[in-house]
Amino acid sequence: MQPIIEVENLTKRYRSAKQNAVDGISFSVSAGEFFTLLGPNGAGKTTTISILTTTLNPTSGAAHIAGYDIRGEASQVRQNIGIIFQQPSLDFNLTAEENVRFHAVLYGLYPFRPTFSSMPITYKNQVSELAALLGLEQEMGKAVKKFSGGMRRKLEIIRSLLHEPSVLFLDEPTSGLDPVSRRTLWEYLRQVRRERGTTIFLTTHYLDEAEEADQTCIINHGHIVARGSPEQVKAQLTETYLLIDAADRNQLRGELHRLKVKFTETTSFKINVKGGEIQNLLKTIETPLTLVKTHDPSLEDAYLEIIKES
Amino acid sequence: MKEIYAVLTLAYRDLLKLLRDPTRLISELMFPLLFIVILGGSLQSSFGTGTNFDYVAFIFTGVFAQTLFQSASMGVISLIDDRENDFSQEVFVSPISRYTIILGKIFGETLVAMTQALGILVFGFLAGVHFSFVQLIGLAWTGVVTCLFGAAFGVIILSNLNNRRTADQVFPYIMLPQFFLAGVFNPIQALPWYLDFLSRISPMRYAVDLTRDLFYAGRADSVHAILQSTTYNLTLMTIAFLVFLFIGTFLFVRKEQNR
Repeated sequence: MQPIIEVENLTKRYRSAKQNAVDGISFSVSAGEFFTLLGPNGAGKTTTISILTTTLNPTSGAAHIAGYDIRGEASQVRQNIGIIFQQPSLDFNLTAEENVRFHAVLYGLYPFRPTFSSMPITYKNQVSELAALLGLEQEMGKAVKKFSGGMRRKLEIIRSLLHEPSVLFLDEPTSGLDPVSRRTLWEYLRQVRRERGTTIFLTTHYLDEAEEADQTCIINHGHIVARGSPEQVKAQLTETYLLIDAADRNQLRGELHRLKVKFTETTSFKINVKGGEIQNLLKTIETPLTLVKTHDPSLEDAYLEIIKES
Repeated sequence: MKEIYAVLTLAYRDLLKLLRDPTRLISELMFPLLFIVILGGSLQSSFGTGTNFDYVAFIFTGVFAQTLFQSASMGVISLIDDRENDFSQEVFVSPISRYTIILGKIFGETLVAMTQALGILVFGFLAGVHFSFVQLIGLAWTGVVTCLFGAAFGVIILSNLNNRRTADQVFPYIMLPQFFLAGVFNPIQALPWYLDFLSRISPMRYAVDLTRDLFYAGRADSVHAILQSTTYNLTLMTIAFLVFLFIGTFLFVRKEQNR
């Protein structure tokens, strides 16, 4: 299947910068996939999203979205994507519906009309349908400044779905939201994916938000440091093992050979086992042990480790 | 058609934002009020009676043009931080041309400034300036011309600025000298050659003079207020408008994506 997002060797160096903000990254995303770009602040996430959404030209490299070149066919790319920005992109003094309406006209969906009542019936239906989906039907006529942070995010989602984009970009959409709003936002995104098959491209620095993704890329200092499904990344990053040692190392070594257990011997004996196997193994070892230690980092530990290393 | 709807939407949004924000509406009318009522009033009672010169009308026409020119250009310059702000972020990623964005902004800021113009007319009336219906029509169309001209001036300034901080630092130095070089409050019919040169390269001068051309037409004191003819001012303003607009938009669009 043709990937919906294709990025090849993308590099960006800002004019006043000494280092590349994004340094030769490549990846592809299939249609309908939930993709996350994970990384600490300043890793190059927003730069990547700005390039893919055509507001920033790359220094070198290429990217295609829905088959369109981000440089040569920016307008077609824009027609095919929806974006939720890090900062709220709403006019607070205007009503929710006005924010939605102006978006609809800018995307060429409807002609310009100064009031809601003079808009075509198809528009009215579309808005009430989307508002109902996200539970905002009662609020559309109210000024956005009266909305809570979570409601504002919902409104932005409604708006971004109006032109039925094939890819929805979300740049740290949950930063600044309370846990409840965060959770409901996720439920809505899941629903949107289920009902519309929209590809979701999300940047975040919260690891748990990447857990549900089909594919995740970890980026740091402009480089991709790990990628794959969350399970793959986890396996790539985390290593579970058992460390044991004995006063009589020769006896332990011999016993491990007899038991046909693979190990590496450094300052202690490192054995790649996990879960219940650990106990089974320990039960069979008769040599008196002076050290028993398990290493089982969480994905978060591994993430922190890899961010520190790279 | 799509792009025309987009221009209308952008312009309407600017107007609506102003009307929904009463604090801003009032604060934007404060300076014209101070200038016309206090400055005009005090000059009139100090010098006006002896010289028979109508200071209030002179300052009223000057401030009318200056406020519209400045308001429209500042409005356009606000595009500099709009990439990170409110609905404007949305505008910059929507599938409309950058030229449409600039055009929408110019018309939007013209609408905003013309709303202020209504307030200034009221202040002028309260301060004792009398105008006929013909003069009112004259002020209306020079007002629109001034706004469009000021907005285009904003575009060329915008295209040479990198961020909000520079804009805030530079803007007073671009605007304030023009107050005096354009003769908003002070008659500039006799100037030393170097000030005359600076005055002639101040865009605001032509907007102020055009306004006075219309307002003073047929009045006995017009010789003390007017510098050049309507045709002269309009021709220069049209040429400068086109230059500002095309070069400014071109530079802005190029710079916007090559950060």
